[in-house]
Amino acid sequence: MPITTLAGHQIHVDAEGFLTDPAEWDEDLARVLAEQIGLTLTDEHWTAIRFLRADFATQGETATLRRISTVGGIPIKQLFALFPQKPAKKIAYVAGLPKPHGCV
Amino acid sequence: MKKRLLVLGAGTAGTMIVNKLRRRLDAGTWDITVVDRDDVHPYQPGYLFLPFGTYSPQQVTRARHKFLPDHVDFVIGEVDVIDPAASTVTLVDGRALAYDYLVIASGTSPRPDQTPGMLGTEWRRSIFDFFTLDGSLALAEALKHFDHGRLVVHIADMPIKCPVAPLEFTFLADAWLRKHGLRDRVELVYVTPLPGAFTKPIASERLGSMLDDRKIVVEPDFLVERIDPEAKTLVSYDEREIPFDLLVTIPINMGADFVARSGLGDELNYVAVDKHTLLSKVWPNIFAVGDASDIPASKAGSVAHFAVDIFVDNFLEHIAGKPMTGSFDGHANCFIESGDGKGLLIDFNYDTEPLPGSYPVPYVGPMRLLKETRGNHLGKLAFRWIYWNILLPGRRMPVPTLMSMAGKTVPTTTSSTD
Repeated sequence: MPITTLAGHQIHVDAEGFLTDPAEWDEDLARVLAEQIGLTLTDEHWTAIRFLRADFATQGETATLRRISTVGGIPIKQLFALFPQKPAKKIAYVAGLPKPHGCV
Repeated sequence: MKKRLLVLGAGTAGTMIVNKLRRRLDAGTWDITVVDRDDVHPYQPGYLFLPFGTYSPQQVTRARHKFLPDHVDFVIGEVDVIDPAASTVTLVDGRALAYDYLVIASGTSPRPDQTPGMLGTEWRRSIFDFFTLDGSLALAEALKHFDHGRLVVHIADMPIKCPVAPLEFTFLADAWLRKHGLRDRVELVYVTPLPGAFTKPIASERLGSMLDDRKIVVEPDFLVERIDPEAKTLVSYDEREIPFDLLVTIPINMGADFVARSGLGDELNYVAVDKHTLLSKVWPNIFAVGDASDIPASKAGSVAHFAVDIFVDNFLEHIAGKPMTGSFDGHANCFIESGDGKGLLIDFNYDTEPLPGSYPVPYVGPMRLLKETRGNHLGKLAFRWIYWNILLPGRRMPVPTLMSMAGKTVPTTTSSTD
């Protein structure tokens, strides 16, 4: 696993830049990761990111869009507006979590 | 007092389990009961061929009870609710079934009601599914009259039962249209919520180039919000629109509603289990096997088959109060029909994506992995006989339960498509 340095954070990432150790993440780093994909985080972004972190902590898996919507209460439509084109992947990237299972 | 094993669902997983466990659990001390809502066991892989007239409905259904062994009680009824604290299952007609151990094997089903507009005026007129017997038969009728326009094959969301089936349908439709001299008059479009043709990079690249070769347009990253039946258009959450003349859709798949009513399901009604033992994360006397569980593997009969092999030995250890020593690896293998009497085969698990090579015997085969051959197609056709005669009765299959790397080749450069 490559180690990279982003704005003073030393992090382990996979080939696509996803953090491989969720413990290396903090909210500072989230802002830096968001910049990498052209996003400026608003409160609405943070609601989704915090849900994903909390859900991962209990479930051990990155939540799908459907789960963020039904369990986290954020409509899928809004997730597409906040994290355009590939919301599931982008939220996971900013939240420092593994890419959600494409579910084989 | 005798112990009671209750199995909900007499499909692929449930039928194999009662066959294997009836041979291993002493009939004097263990009662085994299996519940299903009807007595019709479908050979679901056969649904793919019905729209093209390759199989008849009689070839893809049998009576469930024909595959159940002696000394297993078969109850026909609809499950209302499981009360895990009381270890009781109640049926809709009021009957109550108590258990010491419960196996939930109630599968997953297409749910066209979950996408607004799908069940509207165009359902079974220009919108079809083929994951149900009546759906694939209705589609067969529609294809007879389809001679030009946009044929759109669409996946609503993952996970779905048999994730390669929509690709196979697309390849078979392409071949069928060519055979009937219609291919030039039909635009064939493949719409998927995934970033490419398949979930795993190497297979996705291979299958993606097969779509390109056949001039099939892929619309990736498309998550449908609704269908506009008047305009005959798929509309995504990010407001992209895809028009169709004939839509073949795979609706959202969900586990049984009784799983949700019993408080055992996730957002798609799948039972949360340990992915290696299939034991409930909450209840020490409930397992979920096959499509009904939330394991991150394909929802497919082959996964059920390999998982049951591990489950049976684990179950015997578990009831004896011993730790479970078997560990399921998410092993799956699937034939992929590619049209013109050819097919591919893929073999993979939780950690290893489908790779090229040979199967089941390294270097010998006779099947080739990730490669179009006539042998793979014949294997797929032969599998129907194997399913009824070897798999369901729980006889030993001549293939390893856990995935093996022997005979597989890892390409030196792997490109990632998702």
